[in-house]
Amino acid sequence: MNVVIHSAGFLTSVQDLGRAGFRQSGVSSGGALDSHALRVANALVGNEDPAAGLEATLGNLRLRFEDQRVVAWCGGAFNVRIGSEDLPPGHAGLVDREDELSMTAPQAGSRAWLAISGGIDVPLVLGSRSTDLRGNFGGHEGRALRDGDALPLGEPSFLPARVRELFGDRKIAEWTALSAWVTTAPRDRFLRIVPGPDRSRFTSQAQTSLLGEPFTVTLDSDRMGARLEGTNLDRVDSGDLLSEAVAPGTLQVPPNAKPILLLGDCQTIGGYPKIAHVITVDLPIAAQLWPGDLVRFHEVSLGEAQQLLRERENDFARFRVGLSLQKS
Amino acid sequence: MRIEPLGDSALIVRVVDECRSDASLNAVLAALRYLEAAAIPGVIELAPAYTTIGVFFDPTRIEQAAPDDSPFDVLSAKIQSVLNAAAFTDEAEVEAPLLEVPVCYDREFSLDLEEVARAAGVTEAEVVLRHSKAAYRVTCVGFAPGFPYLSGLPVELATPRRATPRKEIPAGSVAIGGGQTGIYPRKSPGGWNVIGRTPLRLFDLQRAPPALLCAGDHVRFREISREEFSSLSS
Repeated sequence: MNVVIHSAGFLTSVQDLGRAGFRQSGVSSGGALDSHALRVANALVGNEDPAAGLEATLGNLRLRFEDQRVVAWCGGAFNVRIGSEDLPPGHAGLVDREDELSMTAPQAGSRAWLAISGGIDVPLVLGSRSTDLRGNFGGHEGRALRDGDALPLGEPSFLPARVRELFGDRKIAEWTALSAWVTTAPRDRFLRIVPGPDRSRFTSQAQTSLLGEPFTVTLDSDRMGARLEGTNLDRVDSGDLLSEAVAPGTLQVPPNAKPILLLGDCQTIGGYPKIAHVITVDLPIAAQLWPGDLVRFHEVSLGEAQQLLRERENDFARFRVGLSLQKS
Repeated sequence: MRIEPLGDSALIVRVVDECRSDASLNAVLAALRYLEAAAIPGVIELAPAYTTIGVFFDPTRIEQAAPDDSPFDVLSAKIQSVLNAAAFTDEAEVEAPLLEVPVCYDREFSLDLEEVARAAGVTEAEVVLRHSKAAYRVTCVGFAPGFPYLSGLPVELATPRRATPRKEIPAGSVAIGGGQTGIYPRKSPGGWNVIGRTPLRLFDLQRAPPALLCAGDHVRFREISREEFSSLSS
């Protein structure tokens, strides 16, 4: 059975947790820019973590289903409806055959992740169902979705009878996840960073500015990275560095002194100095950035960053156990 | 050797301090093979380039002896001990395959041959001769899936990148960017000087690994005619 894309919006693609193991061939990790949001949505509809879902940029999405499914979404401030009924973020909703799911443009943030029970069953390419939009492979025909596309869905883990039992007469489940996990477009965009290996190549003025002043996201931003403008981050040295590994979250500074925050589709290596890295638990906020947004940075220690990630993973494990008890 | 964090879920092993072409690449590849063989739990993948290895890991899956141990410290110590136990030295010798890459330097494909010849102060035929006679080595793969950066370009052929990058460079284009040469695996924008084209597929999803060339591989270019290019392309 399929989900049919009636309106694909600005940029919607099939994404999962991304590709691992192909950096030596120059292949980015890619995947959902906020992989945590996709995992939470997957958990809510009874999917395993690696199930593929949809990443919608700027919404304006309309889908129709060919059979009964459970859906859930997380991300920016969008209005999502099943027919005429509101589906708030982080709640499981039931769609029946021929139901339409619609998503408006966002009031805040830019992206949302939608999970569908059974997952989107496109072929695995290099171990992942993610669309590599630059490499044109994976996902649905290696490209962003277009109006009229039909995507095959996998076998859902919920049996229809069990869904009826769980949902009763309602279409929207009452249970939900932590609000910080499901709504990731805060009014104040603070990103926590740890120092990068090249921090000492920058002037003390640059290091102070990075932590004290706001930066604006500029127009030429995409899934590879968010380009930022603010006080120039000047170096004390000059010249090119040897290219080396970069990662989503790396804040690199090209010779024009304007930092670029790398996101999921970033290249595997880079030769610009790395002044800092956004910590993993704050990548969901980074994934909501859109041109014109203001963002500020706040420094934490590496120990804190790893502790925060450990706490989130423990909370997520408890959340999954909680859901499975509810459904058993 | 130094190990530095690259955010909270990756680190960089600086295997050697200086880039001394073959020797530093051999050291990086030797260290890479020891780390691959060690299969340290929690490590997701390894990404070598020039003098370094990027190590991507899941900090929640690094085994800690005590709850307060930092995953970075634990993993750094493990990497150190793997390389120490392997009696790894930065003078390591490494076996790497030699690949021959056929290149057609015909006018049709060599968009910037004239510019390279002018910069080098030699004839276009001489550029082709020198480019196809030299011995190359893949220092890393990146920029795009399957794009190899090759060292070994004769110094006189070094040509600065184009001031305005081309919007579209055809797949298979062999190009010079500064002191390096590289091959565009697929049609893409780019700023390097294009001097020929290979009919080989540099990136193929049906192949394992998908990149034709890997860090450390030795490469030679063989000049081919337009006819041979056509027959190899089909």
